[in-house]
Amino acid sequence: MGWLFVAQLATILIVLVLLFRPLGDYMAAVYTSKKDLRVERVFYRLIGVNPAAEQSWPAYLRSILAFSAVGILLVYALQRVQQVLPYSLGLPPTSEHLAFDTAISFVTNTNWQSYSPDVTLGYTVQLVGLAVQNFVSAAVGIAVAVALIRGLTYRLSGTIGNFWVDLTRGTLRILLPLSVLAAIVLLAGGVIQNVNGFQDVTTITGGSAVVPGGPVASQEAIKLLGTNGGGFFNANSAHPFENPTPWTSLVEVLLMLLIPFALPRTFGRMVGDNRQGYAIAATMGVLFTVSVSLMTWAELAGAGTAPQLAGAAMEGKEDRFGILGSTIFGTTSTITSTGAVNSMHDSFTSLGGGMALVNMMLGEVAPGGVGAGLYGILVVAIIAVFLAGLMVGRTPEYLGKKIGAREIKLASLYILTTPTLVLVGTALSFAIPAVREDVTGTSIWNPGLHGFGEVLYAFTSAANNNGSAFAGLTANTPWFNTALGVAMMLGRFLPIVFVLALAGSFAAQDRIPATAGTLPTHRPQFVGLLLGTIVIVSALTYFPVLALGPLAEGLQ
Amino acid sequence: MKFRQTWTAIRALVIISCVLGIGYPAVVLGIGQAALPAQANGSLLEVDGKVVGSSLIGQSFTDADGAALPEWFQSRPSAAGAGYDAAASSGSNYGPENEDLITAIEDRRAAIEALDGTSDIPADALTASGSGLDPHISPEFALLQVPRVAEARGLSEQGVRDLVESMIQGRDLGYLGEPTVNVLRLNIALAEMDK
Repeated sequence: MGWLFVAQLATILIVLVLLFRPLGDYMAAVYTSKKDLRVERVFYRLIGVNPAAEQSWPAYLRSILAFSAVGILLVYALQRVQQVLPYSLGLPPTSEHLAFDTAISFVTNTNWQSYSPDVTLGYTVQLVGLAVQNFVSAAVGIAVAVALIRGLTYRLSGTIGNFWVDLTRGTLRILLPLSVLAAIVLLAGGVIQNVNGFQDVTTITGGSAVVPGGPVASQEAIKLLGTNGGGFFNANSAHPFENPTPWTSLVEVLLMLLIPFALPRTFGRMVGDNRQGYAIAATMGVLFTVSVSLMTWAELAGAGTAPQLAGAAMEGKEDRFGILGSTIFGTTSTITSTGAVNSMHDSFTSLGGGMALVNMMLGEVAPGGVGAGLYGILVVAIIAVFLAGLMVGRTPEYLGKKIGAREIKLASLYILTTPTLVLVGTALSFAIPAVREDVTGTSIWNPGLHGFGEVLYAFTSAANNNGSAFAGLTANTPWFNTALGVAMMLGRFLPIVFVLALAGSFAAQDRIPATAGTLPTHRPQFVGLLLGTIVIVSALTYFPVLALGPLAEGLQ
Repeated sequence: MKFRQTWTAIRALVIISCVLGIGYPAVVLGIGQAALPAQANGSLLEVDGKVVGSSLIGQSFTDADGAALPEWFQSRPSAAGAGYDAAASSGSNYGPENEDLITAIEDRRAAIEALDGTSDIPADALTASGSGLDPHISPEFALLQVPRVAEARGLSEQGVRDLVESMIQGRDLGYLGEPTVNVLRLNIALAEMDK
């Protein structure tokens, strides 16, 4: 197993390294180019936007909020009237609370699914509602990251770019072409793309079976490329029609990592110092490698009563992927805020499942979701610079921008947002008597400590906009649909508010020249500092609650 | 001012929804149906011109009560609906300490021991897959079923063993995934051999 793991990990890292420069540079060019394509100019005219006019940070934010609000309303409405839409497979409208949860889930790039898509959503809702949000929520994430980078590069500026231009370019020039390519590759591997519905067949034993249909390949490509994660089928990427072979599974892993790992190059390029991008990418790479090794070790060891009895931790895992294919996918998905699964994390060993939780609790920065991972780690970098300043008396500044009281307040608010949502949401699930009864009586699937883990996992996933689940939890209840919907919404948009405010405040500053007192932020020493900050902040926040769930279960 | 943003947002979403929600999947549909129709339509397998399933979607080879038919190679346990229900893909989601899972594993072990007369049983034969539709079993699980299948069909054990061994798929590119045997393909080949 050892060499197979090393070979697979090496393949992933080599591909990412090879694509780092071309893709990162291409994305930098996309977001800094002064030229609009003809089709883009037509689009800007139709929506009434002047692409040459940059926006202040509040205007940029208002555009994002307006666009997201309209998106939520559309996805909600489509679900509520799906019985009259074409290709709905005869399915009824979803309930109000499920439509609320699902609409927020896809607009916030979370793709938490309280429902079983096989039997809940028809093709029109999946395509026009969900797949569209898979594209644009990803484009919004990159746009916010790019706006923050602009803030760091602009001097004495009142603007940070134009949201509509960033949205359009990210979708049209990056996500769409890559998705078409990825969809063709997946099709070749056996992912389906048809509108056949369920096909009844008579088996060779004379029994009956169904073969599902659907426009899956197009959805699958952007589900992974945009770190969305919402499956066309309930079993997500464990379903053979979403992920038919070991090599398609590797392709899906690469699709999830591609943009988040290349964005640091875009960052380095745009700030005019590629070494800054290397430092960020190196930090992400170290965390990813350590994390995937730990989860793989835990699953191969196969601790726990059931895995020991069966001989290996194969419950919830597909034979074609085996344990390695499952842990590499599981780590990638939870650490990129994708949330897709090719094996059921609820059935992982306590420590293996605990690693999935830890990956999300790191704040989705290693490498995190498209765009969100980069802006997340840049906020931690600001904290790291500040901490270093406190420790050794250096001037707190990052890339020539002063880290003052306002910047530190914004960064701190950013850091505090998701843990607050995770811990308060989990606590309320057990603290409100009526809710507790419902949660423990209806929703929790596995009794005892593991059941607590299911609730913790749900709020961690929602607040970090991951979407992964300990899927035994029955989340299609008024409490979870509402509470997780709120957690996803605040977990997405509050950080965006703080990041754009930071971008605005950096853009307004002049650039101060580096002095002997400036902490270099491109050296291995800074990588170490950044790693330490990420790990310490997460560990201090979440250790107590981890001790109540997976750690306690693993130590039984 | 705020209303202007909203109006822009509505127009933008409508146009984007047409391009990405309809145009993009339609293009992929066209490419799939034109260039890769077999895959795009579900890698269907036919016997005597009739579709009997998909090579990618596992099936159960049991009688109406769910009891294993000894003359067919058996798939893994499945948590999809009542077992291999492709309209309800799902894992069991049982945690590692779940009593129901522990009991299920013990029951499955006893059932295979009774059916195949061996106690050396690989983990995939005792556990349900993530999708509940796993089309594969491990080579070990396939090989342990050989004596039973051969006896039930009155075939030579060596012949059936050779068939299984010829149908073991190695790792992709030699290092991705695990070696597997596709159960439906194996059973189709078995029926062909037994004609």
